[in-house]
Amino acid sequence: MKTLGSHRRHPAAIVVLLLLGLLTTGGLYSLLAPRPAQAAVGTADDVNAGRKLFLANCATCHGLHGQGNKIGPSLIGVGAAAVDFQVGTGRMPASGPALPQVPRGKQVMFTNQEIANLAAYVATLGPGPAIPDSQYTQGDGSIARGNELFKVNCAMCHNFAGSGGALTRGKFAPSLRNATGKHIYEAMLTGPQSMPVFNDQNLSPTDKNDVISYLHDLDKNKNPGGLSLGNLGPVSEGMFVWIFGLGLVVGAAVWLGSKAA
Amino acid sequence: MSPQSTPKGAEGLRADDLTLEEVAASKSRGGGLAGWLDDRTSAAKPTSYLLKKVFPDHWSFMLGEIAMFSLIILLVTGTFLTFWFVPSSGKVIYNGSYVPLKGIPMSEAFKSTVDISFDVRGGLIMRQIHHWSALLFTVSITVHMFRVFFTGAFRKPREINWVIGTILSLLAINEGFTGYSLPDDLLSGTGIRAAEGFIQSVPVLGSYMAFFLFGGAFPGEAIIPRLFTVHVLLLPAVIIGLFTAHIVLVAVHKHTQYPGPGKTNENVIGYPFMPVYMAKAGGFFFIVFGITTLMAALVTINPIWLYGPYDPSPVTAGSQPDWYMGFADGALRLFPGFFEFNIFGHTLSLNVFIPSLIVMPLLYSIAGAYPFIESWVTGDKREHHLLDRPRNAPTRTGLGVMAISFYLILFLAAGNDLIAIKLGLSINDITQTFRILLLVIPPLAYWVTKRICMSLQRRDHDLVLHGRESGRVVRTAEGSFFEVHEPLPEHQRWALVQHETLTPLKLTATVDAQGVRRKSTRRERLRAKVSSFYFADGVQTVSPAELAAAHHDGSAREALETEQDSGAPHLSAEEWVGQLHGGADERPETDAYASHEDGTEGGPTSPS
Amino acid sequence: MSEHGTEQGLVEGSGGAPDRFTNPGLPPHVPRSADLDERAARRAERQVATLFSVSMLATVVFLVAYFAIDQKTYQFIPGIGLASLSNIVLGVSLGVSLLCIGLGAVHWAKTLMPDTEVIEDRHPQRSSDEARQDAVETIVAGGSASQLGRRPLIKYTLGGALGLFAIPLLVQLTGSLGPLPKADLSTTFWRRGMRLMRDPEMTPIKLSDVTLGSVFHVMPEGIDKSPHVLEEKAKAAVILISLPPDAIQVPKESAWGVDGIVAYSKICTHVGCPVGLYEHRTHHLLCPCHQSTFDVTRDAEVIFGPAHRPLPQLKITVDADGYLIAAAPFLQPVGPSYWERG
Repeated sequence: MKTLGSHRRHPAAIVVLLLLGLLTTGGLYSLLAPRPAQAAVGTADDVNAGRKLFLANCATCHGLHGQGNKIGPSLIGVGAAAVDFQVGTGRMPASGPALPQVPRGKQVMFTNQEIANLAAYVATLGPGPAIPDSQYTQGDGSIARGNELFKVNCAMCHNFAGSGGALTRGKFAPSLRNATGKHIYEAMLTGPQSMPVFNDQNLSPTDKNDVISYLHDLDKNKNPGGLSLGNLGPVSEGMFVWIFGLGLVVGAAVWLGSKAA
Repeated sequence: MSPQSTPKGAEGLRADDLTLEEVAASKSRGGGLAGWLDDRTSAAKPTSYLLKKVFPDHWSFMLGEIAMFSLIILLVTGTFLTFWFVPSSGKVIYNGSYVPLKGIPMSEAFKSTVDISFDVRGGLIMRQIHHWSALLFTVSITVHMFRVFFTGAFRKPREINWVIGTILSLLAINEGFTGYSLPDDLLSGTGIRAAEGFIQSVPVLGSYMAFFLFGGAFPGEAIIPRLFTVHVLLLPAVIIGLFTAHIVLVAVHKHTQYPGPGKTNENVIGYPFMPVYMAKAGGFFFIVFGITTLMAALVTINPIWLYGPYDPSPVTAGSQPDWYMGFADGALRLFPGFFEFNIFGHTLSLNVFIPSLIVMPLLYSIAGAYPFIESWVTGDKREHHLLDRPRNAPTRTGLGVMAISFYLILFLAAGNDLIAIKLGLSINDITQTFRILLLVIPPLAYWVTKRICMSLQRRDHDLVLHGRESGRVVRTAEGSFFEVHEPLPEHQRWALVQHETLTPLKLTATVDAQGVRRKSTRRERLRAKVSSFYFADGVQTVSPAELAAAHHDGSAREALETEQDSGAPHLSAEEWVGQLHGGADERPETDAYASHEDGTEGGPTSPS
Repeated sequence: MSEHGTEQGLVEGSGGAPDRFTNPGLPPHVPRSADLDERAARRAERQVATLFSVSMLATVVFLVAYFAIDQKTYQFIPGIGLASLSNIVLGVSLGVSLLCIGLGAVHWAKTLMPDTEVIEDRHPQRSSDEARQDAVETIVAGGSASQLGRRPLIKYTLGGALGLFAIPLLVQLTGSLGPLPKADLSTTFWRRGMRLMRDPEMTPIKLSDVTLGSVFHVMPEGIDKSPHVLEEKAKAAVILISLPPDAIQVPKESAWGVDGIVAYSKICTHVGCPVGLYEHRTHHLLCPCHQSTFDVTRDAEVIFGPAHRPLPQLKITVDADGYLIAAAPFLQPVGPSYWERG
């Protein structure tokens, strides 16, 4: 039985070594990298607490009374739903430039209680959509009907499986993977950024629940045929066949035509 | 040959085989079933002729075989699918096992495809093998076409085969288009909708052609059954017919071979069909089938259940056709909308007509005509069975790369929205950039490729003349250093010197003795000009005389080479004197590199 | 080398001319280990046999799995997610079964079958002059024996008959393929007074349902009862957009809408894809197929992309019950251009 050392000049040795190095550094990083700091907890009265948070985090761009200024739009009438969505998904406070579109932040900056406080405060600025009742955000509706509604109203921007799509001038409709029912509902209700408004008279609460059911079903990651390649359609399939399909078959052809040892 | 001692290895395994004499003497002279068949078909002679056929062994000759085997796989899996697929646009309500579609109205075609995917045992794997195989079919046709082009295998006598191949390629991509449109899903239905728009844009006849093809207004109930007939009957029949002609011609012409020692234009060197190629090609079929099946087992393709049934109202972001139609889709995206005109109360939509219905036939026609263009340019009427190394045909290679770059930009433009979201760019900027690149990159690619080919040729030229640097540095007695160059071994050198450098056609006198101008001089002048464009800056092949002259240049960089090594024409010892590298004839006689009157080498051990 | 060979025939590839190198001939044959060593040969045999055996095993797995695995079973596969177990097992076993036969056959050919190269001679493609002469004579003799040349009546009528006989076949095929378009491309299902219905629910839309920034996908009332639903939907699809009234820059557009709510044909004027992507801040409508962009504040004028004509607007108003209705049908053809569009 040869020792490991005698294999050190094996052609695969360098590959093994590289893999070991990568695994070690990656593993160490994930163990030792610092965690993000938690935001401070708010004080007693919800709206008041919300107002304090607002002044500290939002007023610079949205004005002291939410009336908007050169940097940020007015928040009067956007409603609690908008705040819950924007802050709850990490889009606000804005972590990047507003053009082409405000990016989704890497993490949510506030706790659930703080978000609720902020939402409660902004709701007092002017009447607007409220946070939806949880009965309609469970995703326990009709998946097939949600599919039908999604295809007509949503697929043209978000792609047939909610994988996201391009808009003009660098804007985009994001992927809907693993979004919570509440946030999906609120996005439809408030029409964030480029997204149009799908109010409750356009898509009723039950309709919205059906759409949520469809999206949650997609999140179960059922890929009957195997790897989904991102559910982006024929482009990724073409890329796969040119690189891997052709690569494997040509590799076999090269092996076939080469002289045996 | 066969030694008297026990043969080893594979020879030993064959030791008990019958010799030809023994077979001839045996009683069972092809009896049994084979004899029965031969009695009725006289198949013995053609069988033995075919089985002895020799095929050269190079992996790049397998690319066409990938296409051939994919075609077989498509026929087999496709037949399977026709047993369950219902080519009808009739409306039904889905009630199968796939929950997200339950209760949704859809066409029979779509429903039967969903049933194949979920409710027929093995249906999904067959569908996926079929579609992956279709992608591999078109991919392998493309790379096979590239190989044939860049090696000049389309030259006489194979021009007909090249034209057949170009037509096959066009048929294959249309076969694919009709095939993926059969399930009547949202994505392919959007493609059919666009196709109707293309046909409508045809001047004068457009609306009539569209109504005839669709049996009325779009979408109608006729298009799916008609596409089924085209996909399952018409196109496969033509493809199989042309493909048979294609391989019969390969057999008649015999396969080309790469240049190498022993290989000439009058022979084919390789291995016989029986048994080697039967095993290799047969085995390769199973390998291609196996790899396709593994892809189909592990990677989803065309998930029509996610797209949903076709309806004219919804559409998906990222609507692209299968890859082989990408270049046409890209052309549509890049062509500016300005080119739609109103002429005397009629609309001429060149912005749709040109990219959708002109680009594809035009590109394929140019490709199909290329062998005739090149033979016109070279004036070469000889048969060519030895392939060109692409670097030895720099203009052709450059033109090929130029065409590929044009195609590639159109192809990438079809994915502009996916590029935009994956790379975080503006789709408008991407489109404008591609428009500019489409005009800028191809000529640039031509020029860069041609220069690369020529510098590779020069490198080969230098390698032959000056040999390979061996890394051994020698210090002469006078104190100068030079590196010993090893001449290339004869067999290795042959590949670098065997090619012929073509020269531009010369114009014959355009004015005859009486001073009268001959007709068709304009065409001849064009021919001479194009020929000059092709061959004016060719790098000449090294000749033995040139090699010998290189040894006589007296430069101190290279060491002595003996006659046997260089293969140069035999020169006597006297002729060598005074003409050696390193000024060897000026060395003292005891120097290892000195030469002698009698042609022997100097040195302490040799006789003086 | 014959004269024949140098002109129309083969290239003198083997040199012999004084200014070219000579072909050194095939390089010396290098035997394989299986040619020299009995053990290497037996090892190769074992390897080939193993591959074939794996193939047989995989076939058995396929056959068992075909009947044993239920279609509806999903299995979590790392890297893929929840996949159909039946598809994966059937596919992998079939793939392995095929692949191993191939690998075995090729390995057998490479290691054990003879690998000394065989030389086969080529012959010029051109037939011999005698053969050509013979063919020409046969054709000419047959032609003159048929008296075709001497019988002009036969020649012309034959030409006529052959030229014409295929026409009935063509006419049969193309003549009845489909109806004439007539006015079909220039009219839609929309009529004055038809209510705007949500697509796909087919419920009517009240003016009060439409809030600022809304988008509704719309079909005309009654289209689902039409005998040609999809054909009508393919022309009648409309998108209803609610803009701030002062954002609209074209007076006709405001006039044909209601309080900044406007309705446009959803069928792209490029090649007919549904133009559904409304960016509600920029008021731009984007078509996902080829990225034609329409500015809804300027009467859906094309601002980018390969389309040429703006989207036709549907004039809408409100009926007595507060529902949005069409005030008139489309006044121009919708969808992609065609020659007689005008």
